[in-house]
Amino acid sequence: MNAPLLPDLSRRGFLAGSGALVLSFSMMPGAFGQTAAPAPAQPEKPKLPGSLNDARYLDAWIKIEANGKITVFTGKAELGQGTKTSLRQIAAEELEVAPASINLITADTALTPNEGYTAGSQTIQNSGTAIRYASAEVRQILMRLASERLGVPADQLKADAGTITGPNNASISYGELVAGDVLHVEATPGIILKKPEGYRSIGKPFARVDIPGKVTGGEAFLIDMRPEGMLHARVVRPPSYAATLAAFDEAPIKAMPGVVAVLRDGDFVAVVAEQEFQAVKAMRAIRASATWNETETLPDPAALTDYYRGAASQVGDVFSKGAESAPGVTTLEAQFTRAYHMHGSIGPSAAIALLEGDMMTVWTSTQGVYPDQKAIAEMLDMPLDKVRCIHVEGSGCYGHNGADDSGADAALIAKAIPGKPIRIQWSREDEHQWEPYGPGMATKVQATLDDSGRIVSWNYDLWSNNHGTRPGSAGSLLAGRHMARHFPPDPPKLSISANGNGDRNAIPLYDFPNQRIRWNWFAEMPLRVSSLRGLGAFANVFSIESFMDELAIAAEADPVEFRLRHMTDPRACKVIEVTAEKFGWSNDPMPENRGRGFAFAKYKNHAAYLAIALEAQVDRDSGRIDISHVVSAVDCGEAVAPDNIINQTEGGFLQAMSWLLYEEVTFDRTRITSADWSSYPILRFSAVPDSIEVHVVDMPGTPYLGVAEAAHGPTAGAIANAVRNATGKRIYDTPYSRDRVRQVMGA
Amino acid sequence: MTKLTVNGTEHEVNADPSTPLLYVLRNDLALNAAKFGCGLGQCGACTVMVDGKAVFSCLTPIMLLEGRQIKTVEGLGTIDNPGPMQTAFIEAQAAQCGTCIPGMMMRAQALLESKPDATDADIRVALEPNLCRCGSHMRILKAVAAARDLMQSAAVAPATERKPS
Amino acid sequence: MRFFIRFLTSLLLLVVIAAVGFAAYAWNRSIDPIEPPQRTAFDAKLIEDGAQLAAIGNCTACHTRPGGKSFAGGLPIPTPFGTIFSTNITPDPETGIGRWSEEAFNRAMREGVDRQGRHLYPAFPYDHFTKVSDADNKALYAFLMSRPAVAQTAPANDLPFPLNMRWVLAGWKLLYFDSGAYQAATDQSDEWNRGAYLVTGLGHCGSCHTPRNSLGAETSAHLSGGEAEGWAAYAINAASPAPVPWTVDSLYDYMRRGWHPDHGVASGPMAEVTGNLGTLPDADIRAMAVYVADLMEEPSAERAERGSLAIEHAARQGNLIELASAPAGADTPEARGEAIYKAACSSCHEGAKPQPYGGVSFHLSSAISAPNSQNAINTVLFGLPAGSGTRSAVMPGFAATMSDEEITDLFAYLRGTFAEKPVWPDLASRLAATRSGDYHVSVKPSDGIERGPENIGAIDQ
Repeated sequence: MNAPLLPDLSRRGFLAGSGALVLSFSMMPGAFGQTAAPAPAQPEKPKLPGSLNDARYLDAWIKIEANGKITVFTGKAELGQGTKTSLRQIAAEELEVAPASINLITADTALTPNEGYTAGSQTIQNSGTAIRYASAEVRQILMRLASERLGVPADQLKADAGTITGPNNASISYGELVAGDVLHVEATPGIILKKPEGYRSIGKPFARVDIPGKVTGGEAFLIDMRPEGMLHARVVRPPSYAATLAAFDEAPIKAMPGVVAVLRDGDFVAVVAEQEFQAVKAMRAIRASATWNETETLPDPAALTDYYRGAASQVGDVFSKGAESAPGVTTLEAQFTRAYHMHGSIGPSAAIALLEGDMMTVWTSTQGVYPDQKAIAEMLDMPLDKVRCIHVEGSGCYGHNGADDSGADAALIAKAIPGKPIRIQWSREDEHQWEPYGPGMATKVQATLDDSGRIVSWNYDLWSNNHGTRPGSAGSLLAGRHMARHFPPDPPKLSISANGNGDRNAIPLYDFPNQRIRWNWFAEMPLRVSSLRGLGAFANVFSIESFMDELAIAAEADPVEFRLRHMTDPRACKVIEVTAEKFGWSNDPMPENRGRGFAFAKYKNHAAYLAIALEAQVDRDSGRIDISHVVSAVDCGEAVAPDNIINQTEGGFLQAMSWLLYEEVTFDRTRITSADWSSYPILRFSAVPDSIEVHVVDMPGTPYLGVAEAAHGPTAGAIANAVRNATGKRIYDTPYSRDRVRQVMGA
Repeated sequence: MTKLTVNGTEHEVNADPSTPLLYVLRNDLALNAAKFGCGLGQCGACTVMVDGKAVFSCLTPIMLLEGRQIKTVEGLGTIDNPGPMQTAFIEAQAAQCGTCIPGMMMRAQALLESKPDATDADIRVALEPNLCRCGSHMRILKAVAAARDLMQSAAVAPATERKPS
Repeated sequence: MRFFIRFLTSLLLLVVIAAVGFAAYAWNRSIDPIEPPQRTAFDAKLIEDGAQLAAIGNCTACHTRPGGKSFAGGLPIPTPFGTIFSTNITPDPETGIGRWSEEAFNRAMREGVDRQGRHLYPAFPYDHFTKVSDADNKALYAFLMSRPAVAQTAPANDLPFPLNMRWVLAGWKLLYFDSGAYQAATDQSDEWNRGAYLVTGLGHCGSCHTPRNSLGAETSAHLSGGEAEGWAAYAINAASPAPVPWTVDSLYDYMRRGWHPDHGVASGPMAEVTGNLGTLPDADIRAMAVYVADLMEEPSAERAERGSLAIEHAARQGNLIELASAPAGADTPEARGEAIYKAACSSCHEGAKPQPYGGVSFHLSSAISAPNSQNAINTVLFGLPAGSGTRSAVMPGFAATMSDEEITDLFAYLRGTFAEKPVWPDLASRLAATRSGDYHVSVKPSDGIERGPENIGAIDQ
């Protein structure tokens, strides 16, 4: 079951037709601290669970038609994490129907609630929770209505498969019950949810709804859309960040076969053609003939830590507890670095935009349709309600990749060619050189052990710029920056919040009596950076977990026991113990150059708990590291779709393993030089471990904890510790490239 | 006009003969499976089969393909009647975003057609040219191994029980 | 009659004396096995020096199976006489060289004889390693004996009778092998001698770059071109076929990084060689460059002129509007080849991406210009596979999409347009033999590139 790609549903369409529920939603931006909501003054409202708090009307989430068809709306997007499936399971559970019978509409500024970005592993936590409670309340309303209509007490009625039945063959369908504005009410707090013992959908195997289409050539992605009259466009990006267009002869390009238009707006250059390959050839021709003025704007890649230290302009106090330091027996210090990392979406970003009359519609794979809508409207100088952004699936984006920008590119071109759907496709080089990276970071840890081997003081410093430059204003879009108006980028600000940014997971979950955690923040972003899966968590957990092992070694303690020694959160202890047990953790001697590594983190300190144990074999002469026997336990609260959780954890592990072992954006003083997979290698099958086991510690009835980013930090820590265990030497800098391994290990 | 035989059907394509096959498959023939990943032969998202061998369709101009047999994922089965490779991938839930999967399936199909008893190690080696960024490698390996087993048991089953692929 | 008998007797005597003499020559004593030494028995600096020497010697290229444990052997090395498998040179006592004393190791390098006294096949290039000094052998020994021991036995060599009898190698050595450490040439600079020592000794460049006779021995045409693992190793003396003449600087850069803008990327077995060379001190790489440049001699004025023109043409390439247009419809091999080139090759080979990751301009390509077509065939058929987790030049292979006729047409165009030479006369047979696998080619990632400056020992003091 696929959601329609080009929904012709309009709000007016919903109002028509008898017995259908009215859709409504509040145009409230500002999900979770990312943008400030211009809230009108109103009396204090009771807090509602998840995103219900921002979109309070039940019919913003659930619509039931007279024929019984149920549509669920979510402001979140399917990124490949399976939410189109798990959100159906959640709604189906409370509505007592089969998940496959639910029609799910995702992120569309004209149709769905504004849930901000699909980011931070919050879909189930926020949207899932909202849909859960809304569905439960809808069912209870329907039960009440059925009771009234059938004259049977509600406690004698049972809902199943869209019908409510009672004794003596009393029966009425959902469709018969809905009329008028019955669900146009605000949600009520305190709704009782179904108990786990009665679950029929949540936690049950339910195959992903999108996979069959994807493996049989069905229409599944934005790139599969082929609207009538569509034209193909390519943007010719500058060769470096600060480059400006010097000279460009349009005439020969315009004369190329199939070329419909050549656009030039400041430093934004694009070509539009009838056929895709014609656009490609024209793009190559422009690239070869246009000349640019370039400036050196990038730091010295061989001296990045010095650069970060020098650039730091503000110190954010992330966390403070007890004293700055405490006396003890041993004090250790270590410094770590993390390279700039790419999202590296397998399919480069693509988007379609169409200007019809005064309405601009943009089909995009952005993680945030509402913020993208706002930025594009500003860029085009159009009213907000004349711009509609609809999320359509793209390749895995893992954060803020080129998707938002490609939507803006398409819109800017579509404005110049009204009435024609314009499809923009980024090239591999575009994606590699222009996507916003996960920022390079440096960290420093210092801790003191007392004579009983307990950590008594902990000092942690990180150096990083912001991990988020999402729209935002028009200046956060490449098209907005390059066009002649040159919208300025949003000025970054240091912000410490529970969700975390560069400081995400900088606070260890362990119980240390004296702690100082500081973010040495700098505004400059010489390389374009933004949110990459996990944000600061990868670097921070890599540092913390590596350092925990160093302390364990100094305390002559087993690494697992050492962690338990300092952990008071029982659920954390549980995943640590389960991982160790399933792995077969011991301190038995290993063959030469072979080692074990362990790591743990609770994502953001308020999302999923996850621990990993694995083995590493290091070949000091070739520098190759082979990972094997990977075992993980994860607790993400009530497990809605256990197979999805396992999939995300396996995937997160392999992605983070690739980051740690291989990946770094390369650049000289002017340009990004890692332009494609040959110069930015990622994991290939020959390096995939022999096995990855994921044990889901299910906690039915407990709140959902985001899991999609939980594996990355512990992966880095576990590999780092296994390499240390195998060789007696620790590598403090990423990537663990062959050259670096050989350099650190020596002959 | 270039004559191309795709999944057993002949097509007359009015595209520049230097057009890479990928664009013709997607745009002229509206076949969705093969994807644009890099256009450089580095990622394999565009992988299809030509005369039984896996090739990068992003770098194969159609002028080289007249008289050749081109096979894409669409030729392995349909959503109502999936072939063994597709069945295996669905049962293993072997995808996250799903972009790389058709390329993986065709590379694997080429291997299994030429070597029906390919070992698990053979599968790993064969898939090396294909990238997956979401990290679905474990499931992809499992799915291809399952496809191998399905195809082998179909091969020994009586003809009446065979599903068309 | 008496004369006849005396003649026969003398002849018999001569034969017996010769046989005894030969046997005496062929026989080598077995050196006693030792207890495998501990790493601590060796000075750390010695081990480090040995690591660098092993990089020059490229030991890992033969003694490691791709993806296998370093130095554990088992790599099949096809030769015209059959397949030889490299041995395990980790210090494993049962399957490696763990029981070899330093004397045994030295003898193997100097004389081509193993610990038990058996002759080694010259696939192990002791005809070069004989030049290695005692001091360097000491360091190599320390390095190898301090590697992790791996228990792994190489498969038996696949050689026909009588070649599988090791004593026939004594005859080969008699004819072709001169043992002895390198002697400096007094009329040359220290740098030249250092280069000569490395190139003719441990570097064993001639093993690939010198032609061999029918019995597999290198001829005296030192570095005038040979082959390795299915690839042509071009002449690196005055007969170099490179369109742009090599200089000390370009040789140095190429060995250091595995590529050069005027020449392209090291591929095939050379990729691993440059990967290892890139880990050496600059001074050593420079010395090797000095020596090889000297052998190449100063190019003639005419050749230098052609080289400059090639660079100029390459720089002016990439007129992509013209490339985008369909070529003229003549039905000659060159015209058909031009259409293929424009459609399948030009997007990378005349694209904007610089070396080493972009396709090299064929104006600069030795593969197109050289008299031997093999490397061009290998590259078109098999491409350059991606390294696993390492940066590498990547190119797809076209074996599945181009027929022999199409490749022949393509080469007609490339040879004619870029090298201004006729197509190779043996192209058809080489192409068929390579495609069928009769002629075996080893295909490796070109991931030895971009190896400076973060390498061990690469920082020059």
